[in-house]
Amino acid sequence: MTLEALFFYAFATLALGGAALAVTRPSAVHAAIALMVSLLGVAGLYLLLTAEFLFVAQIILYIGGILLLFLFVIMLVNLDAGRGLRQFHRRWPVGAAVTAVAGVVLAVLWSRVQLAPAQRMPETGNVELVADTLLQDYLVPFEVVSLLLLVAVVGSVLLARKRA
Amino acid sequence: MISTMHYVAVSLGLLLIGTAGLLLRRNIVIILMSIELILNAVNLNLVAFSRHHGNAAGQVFAIFVIAVAVAEAAVGLGILLALFRNRETVQVDEVDLLKW
Repeated sequence: MTLEALFFYAFATLALGGAALAVTRPSAVHAAIALMVSLLGVAGLYLLLTAEFLFVAQIILYIGGILLLFLFVIMLVNLDAGRGLRQFHRRWPVGAAVTAVAGVVLAVLWSRVQLAPAQRMPETGNVELVADTLLQDYLVPFEVVSLLLLVAVVGSVLLARKRA
Repeated sequence: MISTMHYVAVSLGLLLIGTAGLLLRRNIVIILMSIELILNAVNLNLVAFSRHHGNAAGQVFAIFVIAVAVAEAAVGLGILLALFRNRETVQVDEVDLLKW
């Protein structure tokens, strides 16, 4: 087994195991910690895919940003009061059936796919490559994202504030 | 040798776990976390195919997905706070005012 395969399976185990724990733990705090493990595993997979910029962005934005937001909200609404309650919907077999059907269909598609031969990335560094693509070919979407973030900030503050 | 399809398989696993959490859990915070898992599966696919085609556009798309995920999480958690203030619950099946 090569070193690459070893790291791939380690990170894949982290990603999938953390995800499985995150959706099954009764306590929301435990789920958030398990989600962090899963996000770290995905970040490691980005590193194996030579996407260094996304590796850093994943850790700073997802683990440092979104997950912190989740933990803050969990503290604000005192979710642990719901620990003893029923964790799953009463009609959970419907959801489980939908997931199973989707899983079977996608697995069949996965096993049948024929990919074109892989091509090589240009030799310039990953951050330069991403920056060139982002700021030359996708400049307008990049600016639109800033507008979206502004709307999201104003909207979430408006939603979350106390009524005066 | 780890091929692109290996990464797609991991992404498929993340997608299915996220879908299961989204459809089965009652806690809204866990449902939002499941949405983050699904978006991560999409990102993993985008980055894997970006390497496969030797084109950085997939990674740029992943950056956009992360930005939208941040906005979604912020607004979703804001709605959750407003909901908790009004209804004192975070279980989705107890929020049934619009249901007949």
